[in-house]
Amino acid sequence: MPNFEFTDHTADIGIIAYGNSVEEVFVNAACGMFSLIADFEKVAEVIGHQVVAEAPDQEELLVTWLNELLYLFDAENLIFSRFEIVDLRQQYVRAMAYGEKVDPLRHNLKTQVKAATYHQLKLEKGDEFSARIILDI
Amino acid sequence: MSSWRERLKKIDDYRWEIETSYKPGMRVPGLLYADEHMLEQIGEEQSPEQVANVAFLPGIVGKSLAMPDIHWGYGFPIGGVAATRVDDGVISPGGVGFDINCGVRLLTTNLMEKDVRPRIEEIIGQLFASIPSGMGSGGRIRVKGKEMDKVLRDGARWAVEKGYGDQEDLEFTEENGCLRGADPDQVSEKARKRGIPQLGTLGSGNHFLEIQMVEEIYDEVAAGVFGVHRAGQVVILIHTGSRGFGHQVCDDYLKTMGPAVRKYGIELPDRQLACAPVKSPEGQAYLAAMACAANYAWANRQCITHWTREALSGIFGRSPRELGLRQVYDVAHNIAKIEEHAVDGKGLLVCVHRKGATRAFPAGHPDVPAAYKDVGQPVLIPGDMGRYSYVAVGTQRAMEETFGSTCHGAGRVQSRSKAKKDLSALDVADELRAKGITYQVASRSALVEEASQAYKDVSEVVQVADGAGISRKVFKARPIGVIKG
Repeated sequence: MPNFEFTDHTADIGIIAYGNSVEEVFVNAACGMFSLIADFEKVAEVIGHQVVAEAPDQEELLVTWLNELLYLFDAENLIFSRFEIVDLRQQYVRAMAYGEKVDPLRHNLKTQVKAATYHQLKLEKGDEFSARIILDI
Repeated sequence: MSSWRERLKKIDDYRWEIETSYKPGMRVPGLLYADEHMLEQIGEEQSPEQVANVAFLPGIVGKSLAMPDIHWGYGFPIGGVAATRVDDGVISPGGVGFDINCGVRLLTTNLMEKDVRPRIEEIIGQLFASIPSGMGSGGRIRVKGKEMDKVLRDGARWAVEKGYGDQEDLEFTEENGCLRGADPDQVSEKARKRGIPQLGTLGSGNHFLEIQMVEEIYDEVAAGVFGVHRAGQVVILIHTGSRGFGHQVCDDYLKTMGPAVRKYGIELPDRQLACAPVKSPEGQAYLAAMACAANYAWANRQCITHWTREALSGIFGRSPRELGLRQVYDVAHNIAKIEEHAVDGKGLLVCVHRKGATRAFPAGHPDVPAAYKDVGQPVLIPGDMGRYSYVAVGTQRAMEETFGSTCHGAGRVQSRSKAKKDLSALDVADELRAKGITYQVASRSALVEEASQAYKDVSEVVQVADGAGISRKVFKARPIGVIKG
């Protein structure tokens, strides 16, 4: 089974991320998002950046985490290809994101993601973990 | 969702009502503007459900409206219009969207197709070089510190004072390019950091700059007043917004609104509709920050206008004035505005959310530029890059029914991934060439994702708005050159 897949909406794109834990779901959702933005496998691990996000619950935390990464992409010109969740709680996540400065040509930038939304947001926990997040493109 | 169609009440050929019994909790009915053919498409996407959800907003008046280019959004449908009482109603950042003051600006020229076609490659090349486009492209402008506050407070006026354009441009911009009430103190440091490098950039996705030629004029009087006199005349259409700055403002305030919903005891069917009373501290802070983003977008389009004039001036060896590079209008299609409207026969102050909808004020309205007071406010309706765009005017009927609003564009019918599956970049490129359209795109995927096939035919959308009387067609223009991010 792939770690993430995309669902179709007319004007937007949804990511379904899977994992054996909530941590893995967070990582796979981020991988899914950056694979939409660019040729993800061409991103080298040059720097490590600490990312911290807080939200009222874990579902919203997932959205906040993705939006924090989008912020770094826009404001700091950073693109990431690997993530390590250091500390994940209900309302707080601290992680390391590894990547480099954006190189529009080498990374083949594809789709601009405006934001991760709260629309139809779902984080499911069971034998397997999964989440659905709709991105505004 | 199979029964949605039977549950719509047909009012006439262009109007379909969603009664409050559709979903318990709706405070007002919904109203869709569509013809039979479009309705099929609309129904497939659950967007009527979203129209019904918007009707839950406290203080909503009139109806929860959907313009004919409605499509599925997050929370609000794209093409949604909702007016809420300022006194006891709410404001919802989701009713504006992430790209705050995404909008369109139209310039005329006194050039004809025959003057431009032979040099179109050079023109498009020069424009593409002059106007930063696509993701990851830095702006040509770097504002520092307090200067950013001026951008956020003054909007297009800041740009004109810096030499990007002239006073006349402001006269022909909604709100004169500066939305009142902007307070830079309500904007996060993050929004500033995202906004600074992107000021003066076109962006990507469906944003574009097009060199177009007028193809057909429907209303010669109004077209003449707008400076368009004959078929073949060249005009320029710019479509962009507030870039990452607006996205961050929206995201910041969605976070504020979550707790506000609980604090004010508001019940909503979708988290993305999160809102707060207009008069609450949260509502006021959002309005002040949203105005900053609106002003950023007007400054952005003003800078791009200036570089467009510079590029054409250089190529033709004539000044912008000699080329007749005049601004027809600039209008927002993702915004919330405090406006006075007649509700139940009385004047009422409302917050009009236009998410993928264009203001369409009629002749004689005080907010229409003096030069256009006899014909009405220009409504700029971009289509897809392979077909055409329209200019219309606002009507009295729009004031009576839609809080002075109409459609904003074509609306997607095909998802991006479906477009990519069905089409190749080569096919789309061939098709554009066959239609005589020269283009420069920053990414190949944009070419495919934005292909004509992925969009509704904008002429159907404009026709429904015209048939329903919420805007009136003035002229149609076809692209001959396109720049996309």
